[in-house]
Amino acid sequence: MSSTSAVAPAKDIRKIIIASSVGTLIEWYDFYIFGSLATVIAGQFFPHGNPTAALLSTLATFAAGFIVRPFGALVFGRLGDLIGRKYTFLLTLVLMGGSTFAIGLVPGYDRIGFFAPLIVVLLRLLQGLALGGEYGGAATYVAEHSPSNRRGFYTSWIQATATIGLFVSLGVILLVRHVLDPDLSRSIEKFNDWGWRIPFLVSIVLVAISVYIRLKMQESPLFSRLKTEGKLSVNPLKESFGRKTNLKIVLLALFGATMGQGVVFYTGQFYAQSFLETVCKIDFDQSKTMLLLAILFATPFFVLFGSWSDRIGRKWIMLIGMLLAILTYPLLFKQLLSIASPESRTEQTSQKEIRSSVAFIGHSRDLIRTSSTLRHYEGGLLVTETAKDTVYASGKPAGKPALSSSRTLGDSDYWKMVGILFVMVFYVTMVYGPIAAFLVELFPTRIRYTSMSLPYHIGNGIFGGMTPFIATLLTTIYGGNKLVGLVYPIGIAALCLIIGALYIPSKTLTTELEG
Amino acid sequence: MNIIKKLLGIVWIALGPVILYWLIKTGTAEIAKNPIINTKIQWGVFIVVFIPIVVGLVLFGYYALKGEYDR
Repeated sequence: MSSTSAVAPAKDIRKIIIASSVGTLIEWYDFYIFGSLATVIAGQFFPHGNPTAALLSTLATFAAGFIVRPFGALVFGRLGDLIGRKYTFLLTLVLMGGSTFAIGLVPGYDRIGFFAPLIVVLLRLLQGLALGGEYGGAATYVAEHSPSNRRGFYTSWIQATATIGLFVSLGVILLVRHVLDPDLSRSIEKFNDWGWRIPFLVSIVLVAISVYIRLKMQESPLFSRLKTEGKLSVNPLKESFGRKTNLKIVLLALFGATMGQGVVFYTGQFYAQSFLETVCKIDFDQSKTMLLLAILFATPFFVLFGSWSDRIGRKWIMLIGMLLAILTYPLLFKQLLSIASPESRTEQTSQKEIRSSVAFIGHSRDLIRTSSTLRHYEGGLLVTETAKDTVYASGKPAGKPALSSSRTLGDSDYWKMVGILFVMVFYVTMVYGPIAAFLVELFPTRIRYTSMSLPYHIGNGIFGGMTPFIATLLTTIYGGNKLVGLVYPIGIAALCLIIGALYIPSKTLTTELEG
Repeated sequence: MNIIKKLLGIVWIALGPVILYWLIKTGTAEIAKNPIINTKIQWGVFIVVFIPIVVGLVLFGYYALKGEYDR
């Protein structure tokens, strides 16, 4: 049988987990702030009405961040199996941190024209590449130090960092949005104008701390042993994907595990967020704080399920998570719609308000005219319908007013929504908590970084990352039914569940990692 | 169980081309409805990205049919 893994003592493992997790968390934070601020960034770099800029906008937000991740997995996975885990995932951290900081510095379209969106797209590509290399390294590194009967527990801390990174990104954005001026609406204006750069710039401090911590780390003992014995792979890509014995396992990992895990991960957090804002029309701050709370309450379950998987096996925890998502998503999303809807509620007509305001646009003499109708409904629901148009000093006719609607929930409904979001993130913890240990155990040490990174990033970057886009697209094509977007994640998760249930062996995994 | 896994291999092999056909059919219809650059890019990316994944699914089905995943 294989040689035993070189297990680190418990206190050293804690240091290893902290060093790996902090860096991975920062990389997730860096990646997520771009997505969370996509609308603000679009306004700065991709002006409306310009087709080329719109194209670049689509590329930046759609293709660059997610689709390039598998390429990052190949590039850095290969590097990690050739030169070692430590230096590779140090490199990914520097690359991610540098790109994120640079995004915060890029002047807007109004200053440098088309260079602005072009630079932003390139930097976003680099972010995607870096993330593609980070995860495999961190998970492999922690797993190769862990005792076999605690591998799920220790690697689950890495798993928690993705969601904690989202939590921190939302928290930083909300905080900065509120503190730039004592007046909230001016603070939001300043945020949309220049304050959005702060979350990007702050990242460099976090990255510097993480680089310092990682520089002090030792290389993975299993990798070091292989290197000493001269058993490293000379061509990890060929060994991983050019030989049937390993390729068939890569395909099984993708179609039987990461594909379903990816769609559940993104539906429960990102599509849920976009659904709240664009379909339920929930107020920006409320939608973010609800998700923050759901994440806060659900995060401990990453570690719980990772730990359980050490005792009862990884497969069925992940597949049951997928099954629960398949069975309950329609009901959960329907509930979100119902809670946010004023249709079955009585309007408190005596409380109806109409507010108007006029303000100069920047330093010009043009005016922006805002008119809001506030309707109060039973249960504390407030529906605000706003119309904005521009009054030109030159006498030029104003165009059609821009209309928007938002809903602010009463306390009871707010907490009901938090509960529903919690359930969705709970499913995320089931499918994601054990998966690092699961993937690590599938592949031999000499090609582990390469082999596990690709199915992970295809499952998450492509299947999962495209969930909000594909779901929204389905809603546009098949219109009418606001829940039709769920066909995609449910269909993919169902296919994955069937393949995983039939083809993945159900053994309890206490094997030592193969050296 | 091994027989079911092998038989389902045929299903996975067949599913690949079906998915690709649906993507191309829907994509061309959507582009025809709304022939702006954004629509072309989005559907172009979907199709290009899912081609290797569909190939992977067909290969997975082939391995299943050959008994590579049998216990």
